[in-house]
Amino acid sequence: MKLTLKIWRQKNASDKGGFVTYPIDGISTDMSFLEMMDVLNEELSAKDEDPVHFDHDCREGICGMCSLYINGHPHGPKQTTTCQLHMRSFSDGDTITIEPWRAAAFPVVKDLVVDRASFDRIIQAGGYVSVNTGGVPDANEIPIPKRIADEAFDSATCIGCGACVAACKNASAMLFTSAKISQLAMLPQGQVERMTRAEKMVAQMDAEGFGACTNTGACEAECPKGISLTNIARMNREYFSASVKSENV
Amino acid sequence: MILDSKSPIGPLAEKWTKHKFNSKLVNPANKRKYEVIVVGTGLAGASAAASLAELGYKVKAFCFQDSPRRAHSIAAQGGINAAKNYQNDGDSVFRLFYDTIKGGDYRSRESNVYRLAEVSVNIIDQCVAQGVPFAREYGGLLANRSFGGAQVSRTFYARGQTGQQLLLGAYSALSRQVANGKVKLYPRTEMMDVVTIDGHARGIVTRNLITGAIETHAAHAVLLCTGGYGNVFFLSTNAMGSNVTAAWRAHKKGAYFANPCYTQIHPTCIPVSGDHQSKLTLMSESLRNDGRVWVPKTVELAQKLRKGEIKPRDIKDEDRDYYLERKYPSFGNLVPRDVASRNAKDVCDEGRGVNETGQAVFLDFRDAINRDSEEAIRARYGNLFDMYQQITGENPYQTPMKIYPAVHYTMGGLWVDYNLSTTVPGLYSLGEANFSDHGANRLGASALMQGLADGYFVIPYTIGDYLAQIGPSPVDANHPEFAKAEKGVKDAIQQLLSIKGSKTVDYFHKKLGHIMWEYCGMARNAEGLTKAKGMIQELRAEFWKDVKVLGANEELNQTLEKASRVADFLELGELMVDDALNRSESCGGHFRLESQTPEGEALRDDENFAYVAAWEFMAENAPETLHKEPLVFENVKLTQRSYK
Amino acid sequence: MSWVTKTLSSTIGRKLIMSLTGLFLILFLIGHVSGNMLLFKDDGGEAFNIYAHFMTTNPAVKILSYLTYISIIGHVIWSIWLTKTNKAARPIGYGQSTPPSTSVASRNMGILGTIVLIFLVVHMKTFWYEMHWGGIPFVNYAGGEFKDLYTVVLFAFQNEFMVIGYVIAMAFLAFHLSHGFSSAFQTLGLNHRKYSPAIHTIGILFSILVPVLFASMPVYIYFTQS
Repeated sequence: MKLTLKIWRQKNASDKGGFVTYPIDGISTDMSFLEMMDVLNEELSAKDEDPVHFDHDCREGICGMCSLYINGHPHGPKQTTTCQLHMRSFSDGDTITIEPWRAAAFPVVKDLVVDRASFDRIIQAGGYVSVNTGGVPDANEIPIPKRIADEAFDSATCIGCGACVAACKNASAMLFTSAKISQLAMLPQGQVERMTRAEKMVAQMDAEGFGACTNTGACEAECPKGISLTNIARMNREYFSASVKSENV
Repeated sequence: MILDSKSPIGPLAEKWTKHKFNSKLVNPANKRKYEVIVVGTGLAGASAAASLAELGYKVKAFCFQDSPRRAHSIAAQGGINAAKNYQNDGDSVFRLFYDTIKGGDYRSRESNVYRLAEVSVNIIDQCVAQGVPFAREYGGLLANRSFGGAQVSRTFYARGQTGQQLLLGAYSALSRQVANGKVKLYPRTEMMDVVTIDGHARGIVTRNLITGAIETHAAHAVLLCTGGYGNVFFLSTNAMGSNVTAAWRAHKKGAYFANPCYTQIHPTCIPVSGDHQSKLTLMSESLRNDGRVWVPKTVELAQKLRKGEIKPRDIKDEDRDYYLERKYPSFGNLVPRDVASRNAKDVCDEGRGVNETGQAVFLDFRDAINRDSEEAIRARYGNLFDMYQQITGENPYQTPMKIYPAVHYTMGGLWVDYNLSTTVPGLYSLGEANFSDHGANRLGASALMQGLADGYFVIPYTIGDYLAQIGPSPVDANHPEFAKAEKGVKDAIQQLLSIKGSKTVDYFHKKLGHIMWEYCGMARNAEGLTKAKGMIQELRAEFWKDVKVLGANEELNQTLEKASRVADFLELGELMVDDALNRSESCGGHFRLESQTPEGEALRDDENFAYVAAWEFMAENAPETLHKEPLVFENVKLTQRSYK
Repeated sequence: MSWVTKTLSSTIGRKLIMSLTGLFLILFLIGHVSGNMLLFKDDGGEAFNIYAHFMTTNPAVKILSYLTYISIIGHVIWSIWLTKTNKAARPIGYGQSTPPSTSVASRNMGILGTIVLIFLVVHMKTFWYEMHWGGIPFVNYAGGEFKDLYTVVLFAFQNEFMVIGYVIAMAFLAFHLSHGFSSAFQTLGLNHRKYSPAIHTIGILFSILVPVLFASMPVYIYFTQS
């Protein structure tokens, strides 16, 4: 396949950046999208040009590190991660535009690499059950209905890639935040800190500069793990009820 | 130096309890005066950092990824073993211990493995308390499955994403300590060297991957939880960033490297599709429960397949060779990983491989679909089939899957004693980065167990003993050794940048991977290994003459990161070959062609090789010194594995 | 900050204001459209004028109408506030943006709302302002004097531009409601696998029915009275 790549290049966080067009040839349909990028980088290196920097690690769709905005979609045209996107999803002669995630809370580090530490800080604000190692009850002392466990699992499958933020017209992190709040709100282990968690995580999400939710559903449509909008509704419920009921003035 | 495993004496079941009692404790008020560095934030690193911070130690946690949650533990699919005996099917701590020792082909330390089995039950309790959503039965209690041919159902799982859920649990505990101010997190920071003062580890040198800043960090102890080195093969199921650098630099600072040649080759991976391939994807082993492995009986048919002249379904049953069922009638397609892998390689070497590269065998679900219906198969393996189709573009319901073995896990690693201490006092190694519990072959669902056991339940006890002995006085961050180590790192980086050669880093990495796979992979012999040693030495020399690393240090420079890692792989590769040469027996995932039974099966040599090979670094480009830790088996009887 | 202001100024709290004011305005629309159906009654506008009189004088209705004004103002101010936050959350946009598979309405609530707001200003100037403070002639029904709003309406809708303008504005309202109705429930956290599909369907029906009824009034008058 012969392709034209329009890629965002930006030397560092303070550089203005811009698109650079690269023609590329000899791409096999069996390649993954990132392998196509590897080929480009080998070619650039051969010409003594700086390779295109992009985040990636596991290349099996689970670590959440890859993050390219391809032809107007986070992770490209399929509902999967960029590393699981294959070149057979494109046609010979295509022009492919590749950009970094765009959000104030995800500043560009270089080229297509962004800083998603804001997600870590949201989790640090309360995305955990406060138990120390040791001294916990036997695992089977807390029976959990299978349906609840399964539903909590659905929320827990979030890989923290940030596609929801990238897809949202408001760069909102509600799907990400709500997935964690939901998981722990559904499970008995999460009950003790349920209210504080919702309050703190939402406050941190706002402090990071993410936008609000317009319920467009773009996040759900683009999420590689199919995290559902019901999580956002549940987060809202949790947040309202926490605001009214909690003792935190 | 004599290798002292520090295994406590006394009955197996009492060793750990006794050892915990005999370990010195750190006064609670003093704990905050101790600083501990944890490198790596996977299962071992995150759980250790969180647990130590909970105890009151001041922890610094480092990872090269942008977030601790991305560590490659996240990719583990299958499950985690624990001797809970919830299923009432006869499991016990001793049985888990026994299975693990036997599965490791009697090349692991009894005391460590027993402790692993012992604390396995606590891991499940801990994870459930954190909110890890394990699979459950309708009654609300935890579900188990049997995994990797085990005769009891002791594997806890969270769909096919157990590693992810466990890691997110550990990551949440870590995040909580970050919020408490007990852990300081350093993401996108790579450890470049260990700083030793008077023979004790007292800090590390790091590179900030965004700014290129080289910094030093002082601490009372350093924990390396940096995973395995499977990427020495270039193609593996490891993440692209997985590397040996932290462990290797520690090795060069005095930590012995144990059993480097023990690598696990996983039989069910998606085959290589071409030169562009950057990594291999594992398909869960559970597929072999229903899939039948075969290749055509004749080379002619295989050639026709490769050229696309015939389709797999055109080949009649009498022209198919279900070689695992033929050779191992009692285990059939469910033989252990090493046996399945080796046989796949054998039939492909005979020219009967089934894809364009000739490096694949079929895993066929036709009979299972005919027997149980497509719906039933979809319910069991739907997500795996989807994944396969996404990657290969082929529909496994209609045409057989193609699979091939790939490097998956490395049992070797830094030598550690019962306390998880390396041969450098104050330097610890946890999880896949150490060599400790899996012997020559790791059982399925054991890696997650070991990472979390080390981090949650072993290191919090054993590190106290050391810290109490050295006392809480602060480590002098201005000691000349820090400046020296920092300069060494800077010089090495400058050297890489100044070569300005003509070949890319990937060129060398791929070449190294090819040598390792060809000569130090599933089956090895002295001749090939000797040849490989020379090839690696040449390649390394060429690397330092002709590698091209563009850009500067003071920026995000992924080429430089890779170059520095590949430089270490080029040294490790040779040590692996040395170790493989030394170990002229077949055991576990390590098959020496010179050592086989008349039927062509692996032949272990307990008389000469029942030891841990721990290698000591002497000097650059000089042979390493072999130290042997004899393995004493007091509680199990050594038997030859047979799957006929 | 007190917990109330803290909650209501969070992104979720601000959405709560949008949702509650929006739902109140939906209720208002139901009242408004049902009352205005009297325009179709062939009695020379008597019922309509009595109704209009009631609506402007009854104390209970007065309270409701103030709530409506507050809702409109609140809905607008909070939406501006949210939009500012949302724009700031993505200071640099994408070079190439293909809209994903979400509804046009959901992505353009601000624009739709602005058009509806402009319409509202014109609409209130034309009728509401006239009714309250304009020089509307009086008519007598059964011993009482009533402002003859009916004639004002008839007059206004003789103008084809006015009629077309109203119909178009109602189309925009329809789009705004098509997302706003179910979205308000989602924001409140009222999402349930049993009821949400029904809410969604009702929302779509509502967003078609109410604007169509509203739009039919100027159209009916234009064609019956000219």
